Amino acid sequence: MLDLIQLGIFVALVTVGFFAGSIVERRHYASIRARERAYADVLAFMVRFPPDRVSAQHAFLVHGTVVISSDYFKTFIAALRNLFGGRMRAYESLMERARREALLRLKAEARRRGAKLVVCVRFETTTIATGWAPSMEVFAYGTALIPAGVEAPASGRSRLLGDGYARYGQGAS
Amino acid sequence: MIVSNLELIPGRRILAHYGIVQGSTVRAKHVGKDIFAGLKNIVGGELRGYTELMQEAREEAIARMVAEAESVGANAVLNVRFATTSIAVGAAEILAYGSAVKLDEA
Repeated sequence: MLDLIQLGIFVALVTVGFFAGSIVERRHYASIRARERAYADVLAFMVRFPPDRVSAQHAFLVHGTVVISSDYFKTFIAALRNLFGGRMRAYESLMERARREALLRLKAEARRRGAKLVVCVRFETTTIATGWAPSMEVFAYGTALIPAGVEAPASGRSRLLGDGYARYGQGAS
Repeated sequence: MIVSNLELIPGRRILAHYGIVQGSTVRAKHVGKDIFAGLKNIVGGELRGYTELMQEAREEAIARMVAEAESVGANAVLNVRFATTSIAVGAAEILAYGSAVKLDEA
């Protein structure tokens, strides 16, 4: 009897996880796509050096972080998958959402502080919890650059890259 | 104080190097947040309480690193890197480290 109740609770949790989890995931993806379009003008690159190393620029660290948790259904599917090996699609989408979210938050901070270019972007992933409730933190950080004198644009931009650089600048729209 | 993970700041010259500066903090999870996170685990998604916790911890680590840089007379920390380690279940160390340097005036 007790075993039956336990099994019932387990099945209920996995079912709730399946329905609520897929709603959460769909909403999150919709929100990510909408914000990725909205922040399309904030450029983020992995390059170690800025495109223009000569002109004076304001540089500051920006970061974005998100702690994301798996749902019971994903954990259950992953546990099954663990028996046979192979791709864990349930966790792949989870990690992808977390990475895109962290990058979006980095871009949001950059824009809030007036920058439209972020270079040297790095990701760092940490496991917060494992077991039946695995959760991960994804942290993105990089250096935001604002060309000096963007308050008075139109002249005195990069000597090296000329007008091409204007695309990164705040002055250009 | 300029904090950046670049190796140089465009248009600025490095006048002096002061070596590595670091700041770290060890944070534990809050029981209330933990219970809420336990419930949230059923449906999945973001654990906002933990996101805020990690955010605060990183800012604290950066602040301590900057304080150390100021104490040696630097005006910038370059090449900043982060590292996170779980020390025990529910406790994590967040470390920020970088090179303290003196830059010329812009």
